[in-house]
Amino acid sequence: MSTATAPQPQSNYLNEESSLRSWLLTTDHKRIAILYTLSITFFFLLGGIFALLIRIELLSPNGMWVSDETYNKLFSMHGIIMVWFFLVPSIPTTLGNFLIPLMIGAKDVAFPKLNLLSWYLFMAGGIFTVYAIIAGGVDTGWTFYTPLSTGYVNGHVITAATGIFIAGFGTILTGLNFIVTIHRMRAPGMTWSRLPLFIWSNYATSIILVLATPVLAITLLLVAVERFAHVGIFDPALGGDPVLFQHLFWFYSHPAVYIMILPGMGVVSELISAFSKKRVFGYGYVAASSIAIAVFGFLVWAHHMFVAGISVYAAMVFSLLSYMVSVPSAIKVFNWTATLYKGAIAYKTPLFYAIGFIGLFTWGGMTGLFLASLGMDVHVHDTYFVIAHFHYIMVGGMVMAYLGGLHYWWPKISGRMYPEAWGRIAALIIFVGFNLTFFPQFILGYLGMPRRYHTYPPQFQFWHVLSSAGASILGIGYLLPLCYLLWSIKHGEVAGPNPWGSTGLEWRTSSPPPTHNFNKLPVVTWEAYDYSSVPKNREEAPYA
Amino acid sequence: MFLLTTIHGIPVFPTAASTAAIQQDRLAWFLLLVTGGITLFIAVLIVTFAIRYGEHRHPQAVQIEGNNLLELGWTAATLVIFMVMFFWGARLYYHEYTEPPHAIHINVIAKQWMWKFQHAEGQREIDELHVPVNRPVVLTMISQDVIHSFFVPAFRLKKDVLPGRYRDLWFQADKIGKYQLFCSQYCGAEHSRMRGTVYVMSQADYAKWLQNSGAMGSAAYDGERLFQDLACITCHRADSTARGPNLVGLYGRTVHLNDGSTVLADDNYIRESILYPNAKIVAGFEPIMPTFRGQIDESQLLDLVEYIKSLKTQQQLEPYNNRSAPPNGPRPTESRTQQP
Ligand code: HEC
Ligand SMILES: [Cu+2]
Ligand SMILES: [Cu+2]
Repeated sequence: MSTATAPQPQSNYLNEESSLRSWLLTTDHKRIAILYTLSITFFFLLGGIFALLIRIELLSPNGMWVSDETYNKLFSMHGIIMVWFFLVPSIPTTLGNFLIPLMIGAKDVAFPKLNLLSWYLFMAGGIFTVYAIIAGGVDTGWTFYTPLSTGYVNGHVITAATGIFIAGFGTILTGLNFIVTIHRMRAPGMTWSRLPLFIWSNYATSIILVLATPVLAITLLLVAVERFAHVGIFDPALGGDPVLFQHLFWFYSHPAVYIMILPGMGVVSELISAFSKKRVFGYGYVAASSIAIAVFGFLVWAHHMFVAGISVYAAMVFSLLSYMVSVPSAIKVFNWTATLYKGAIAYKTPLFYAIGFIGLFTWGGMTGLFLASLGMDVHVHDTYFVIAHFHYIMVGGMVMAYLGGLHYWWPKISGRMYPEAWGRIAALIIFVGFNLTFFPQFILGYLGMPRRYHTYPPQFQFWHVLSSAGASILGIGYLLPLCYLLWSIKHGEVAGPNPWGSTGLEWRTSSPPPTHNFNKLPVVTWEAYDYSSVPKNREEAPYA
Repeated sequence: MFLLTTIHGIPVFPTAASTAAIQQDRLAWFLLLVTGGITLFIAVLIVTFAIRYGEHRHPQAVQIEGNNLLELGWTAATLVIFMVMFFWGARLYYHEYTEPPHAIHINVIAKQWMWKFQHAEGQREIDELHVPVNRPVVLTMISQDVIHSFFVPAFRLKKDVLPGRYRDLWFQADKIGKYQLFCSQYCGAEHSRMRGTVYVMSQADYAKWLQNSGAMGSAAYDGERLFQDLACITCHRADSTARGPNLVGLYGRTVHLNDGSTVLADDNYIRESILYPNAKIVAGFEPIMPTFRGQIDESQLLDLVEYIKSLKTQQQLEPYNNRSAPPNGPRPTESRTQQP
């Protein structure tokens, strides 16, 4: 990190110390957020390379460059890296870590040392998993379905599972830290009803992190036990039940999709408000819907198993509940739309990302309604329709929100502005590239193209080629922010404390914030998104 | 060729070739219309607001807290639409999971990485399945190793094939033709090569195919031979001194167990009785039946089950060489070779 050319008036969290040691042993939530940002960027690129190789391979119906087994490793590693080492930690550990204390007016999270430990656990898990890749890879798919994973594949299943297991403890601790921080560390006057919606959504996320992740840990442990010691748990040949695994796995992994999307929803609420200069329409409903999603999210896991061996009546109950969990998401979309009404909308990059998010998330959610509909799911389950659906949510939704948030808070994090023109161009390229990549996959899915196919009947090729073409555009779109954000650290325009004229507490201290966030203890007397409370002078930082 | 709706040679919609497919497509169009409509509506609203209220045209935002009535309204509307989707989908699913009577039964064994089909009449096929048009067909499916999934896009049907458990899938093809069969559950290295073809034939052609496909005896007949060879018959005899229960008329009956509970004698029960005889003990009998786990494979098990299902009269239980006229047609004595 550079302190270079332009003047940075007071000492801040970036320039106070600069040794490597001061970074690796830091307990400052902002620095830990930076450590996480660097780490998940690495994993995103790694997972992205796997995705690229998959798309190249699928240009041809018979597979051209790699063997069946290698292809299976590619999609397995893509899934494992992207889910556990990018999507799950993405917003909570980066923007969440950076912003939660700032937004509630705290000096740090409740347990700063634990926060650092989380990052080390995450990295230890990451190293195990990367080792599993280098040593030869895993070909179980990210879902580790039994008895395939416990008795039939040769890859480094236990090593990869250990990596996920260890990283899981990191996320549990992060969730715990956030819950306690939000309960105990709020500044005077920062009541629950004044909390920014980003806090509400991260709070909901943390609940899921703490309650669901242990189930994943136990499930992976059981897989390891069966694989290693041949104790019959999931394999019928040993007296186990393979469907039991799916129940356990999805009991974690369905809530996990909300871990991946809820923080993004929080970011979007902030962005929509900030760039329409308007309070969020129906604040209470948006906040409550986050909690509703977290709770309902635990009750729908078996919608991944409609053709897998559950009873007709169980399927009906889970279908019904899946529709219920979609209601709070719909409420959010309606409220975001209503927030734009009669705003004073500034066409800045983060707003483009936010609107892109709403569009793609909505379509992702809508196609989820297809999958929740039992009769329909029987056809499209385990096809590219599902792949397209969850990429609309995870990539179209979550990654869009992450990038939008990164641009919005970039001046706060780095003290510099990103180049606006480049920002808009990149957002546009990503939006176009994304749709070109994933929309054809809905059609492929309905045509019957199964997922995880290395070779496929030639009739599907047209849509695969289109999808691969889109992926190359998407890839370029993602590299752009990486380049210009790094560039802006040195050369960007110096940002004042509140370049956007936003309401949050994080904008009422200097950019970048001092090590202890606020030199004057904030006392909150305004509601979230009360624009009349914002100092008129954007260079003013009342609590710096 | 595989039939697909194409535009300039690009496939856009899959052929519908089963009774379920037509209903499924109707549901799909309904869902597409509703979700597409709502998405479009939201997109139009967002773009309109974004343009109409750009900060240059509308520099002063009007702060609006919210509107309870509006919230209530759109929540209720969403719920109503969702319930329609739920009921429609659930009805179709129920229909797809309820077997019609008088269906043709075909046994399916999935294994890494092939499909084996065993017709009741004794025909065996690999990666190819011949069925008649306009007749319900029930597949009884089991996997020999990992989980696979039987998926025929033209029928809009799929079901996972599990190891250790029979699962049924029924369909009624209504268009003569050749359709792709996929394994849609990731099952290891050659998952994407675990494909096959379903041939839907006219009923006359199907009858001809059954006759000409060179089968030497029915599946039940093969089962009967196993029943003798494995000495099941020594305990399961038709007389009153037999050490094991009489299996005539067992299939579909409610069995009373020695712990006082009851169980329906379906395919899975018969399978379990043979592999894990001590899991459920029939009331009035001793747990003396040995396990046949490891001695017979899935294909032989299915034959045994077929045979037990076919037992309707006491006479059938007598060893076939003691009987004057075999009930199931001529029976060759030499063992038949399995056709690929
Ligand atoms: C040593 C004698 C013996 C042999 C050999 C034997 N069984 Fe059994 N079988 C029994 C007894 C006793 C029971 C009832 C107690 C129980 O449920 O285990 C039984 C139960 C069954 C049942 C459940 C019957 C019901 O009414 O619910 C089936 C089906 C069955 N056997 C099939 C077979 C088959 C097929 C074989 C040959 C592969 C076979 N048995 C070999 C003794 C035998
Ligand atoms: Cu789910
Ligand atoms: Cu498969």
